[in-house]
Amino acid sequence: MSNAISVDKKEAWGGGGKSPFGASYGKLMMWFFLMSDALSFTGFLAAYGFYRHYYGALWPSAENVFTHFPFMHGDHPLLYVALMTFILIMSSVTMVLAVEAGHRMNKKGVTLWMGLTLIGGAIFLGSQAWEWAHFIHGSELGAIELGRGSFTLPNGTVELTKGIIARWSDESKQALLLPWKEAGEYIQVTGAQMQEMVANGHEIHGANLTHNEYGHPLFGDFFFFITGFHGTHVFSGVVLNFVVFVNILMGTYEKRGHYEMVEKVGLYWHFVDLVWVFVFTFFYLV
Amino acid sequence: MSHSDDNKPYEYAVHHSEEEGKKARKRIWLIFWVLLAITTVEVMLGIFWKEIGISWFLVKMTFIVLTIFKAFYIVAEYMHLKHEKTGLKNTIIVPFVLLALYLIYHVITEGQYSADFDRFFY
Repeated sequence: MSNAISVDKKEAWGGGGKSPFGASYGKLMMWFFLMSDALSFTGFLAAYGFYRHYYGALWPSAENVFTHFPFMHGDHPLLYVALMTFILIMSSVTMVLAVEAGHRMNKKGVTLWMGLTLIGGAIFLGSQAWEWAHFIHGSELGAIELGRGSFTLPNGTVELTKGIIARWSDESKQALLLPWKEAGEYIQVTGAQMQEMVANGHEIHGANLTHNEYGHPLFGDFFFFITGFHGTHVFSGVVLNFVVFVNILMGTYEKRGHYEMVEKVGLYWHFVDLVWVFVFTFFYLV
Repeated sequence: MSHSDDNKPYEYAVHHSEEEGKKARKRIWLIFWVLLAITTVEVMLGIFWKEIGISWFLVKMTFIVLTIFKAFYIVAEYMHLKHEKTGLKNTIIVPFVLLALYLIYHVITEGQYSADFDRFFY
């Protein structure tokens, strides 16, 4: 407590009792924290990029994985993620409007916009849970994880098949698609060769940390880790926003004479949105 | 508690009038439409790029450039960094950009090494 007081009296800084950069202690520290956190996420996405390109054709394309939309049948690639992105951007807007209302000391305005930001965050978390559930559960059709053996590609190279994911070409299960391409099309295996592959391999549905119906298991690991780490940030953001929301209702900031606390949690909330912008691009689009 | 100990008003908190507030809100909504438009373009490009007939490399680069645009608007306007002092801007942006470039450099060189390694040994 004594430290907090000396900081507020600007004794902690030195240098003529003025805070550096004309910003308060809390705001500066939030910026430094966000900068280091941004580097963590940059590291994760860089590692993702490395393995994605390293495994090339074995890596699933996100638009073939996330094709579901609530209460709708059929394929809707990217649509649901686009909606999630829209919700998070929208909650960023309501947050910045709460900050603006705080600058006018308009308690009603801050309450309204902060409340909407909370709702946006909660919807986003729910969407993420829904998306995770779908990914873990997988599709009706499933896929075949091939066992030991080898396969000769049309160009003569021999590839080991252990752990390779082969998907069914359609619901009749008459042909398997191997994740290597010939003239832009996946190599198809039918007949006796296919039957041998099915007998040697095993059927999998959905994804966990060691198996992934849609392709290389590392895709699942990165998906769970990166979106999970981001989701943890969203969750703690919602908790922080809720604490500040209660304080707004109790009139804590009205008494204090300023709503700078809203600005500080606002910085964190915008950062969460910012990270999602990058996750959206590098995980779902590229 | 700590603030009521201080007789001076808290000097770092920002306040503005109704008039300035109107201007600020207009700017906030303008940026919102920009962000929404960029996201829509990205999703449409992701779905229809094959029909348009441009290369995947070009699409990828467009995504990355558009993402950096979005990031700029969020950081500069919503996080208000554009209106902070130059010292604060540099303290945040310069270390991040340097270390991010360093990471990208490693992804490219190590990726190249791994590709060469596979070509020679398998």
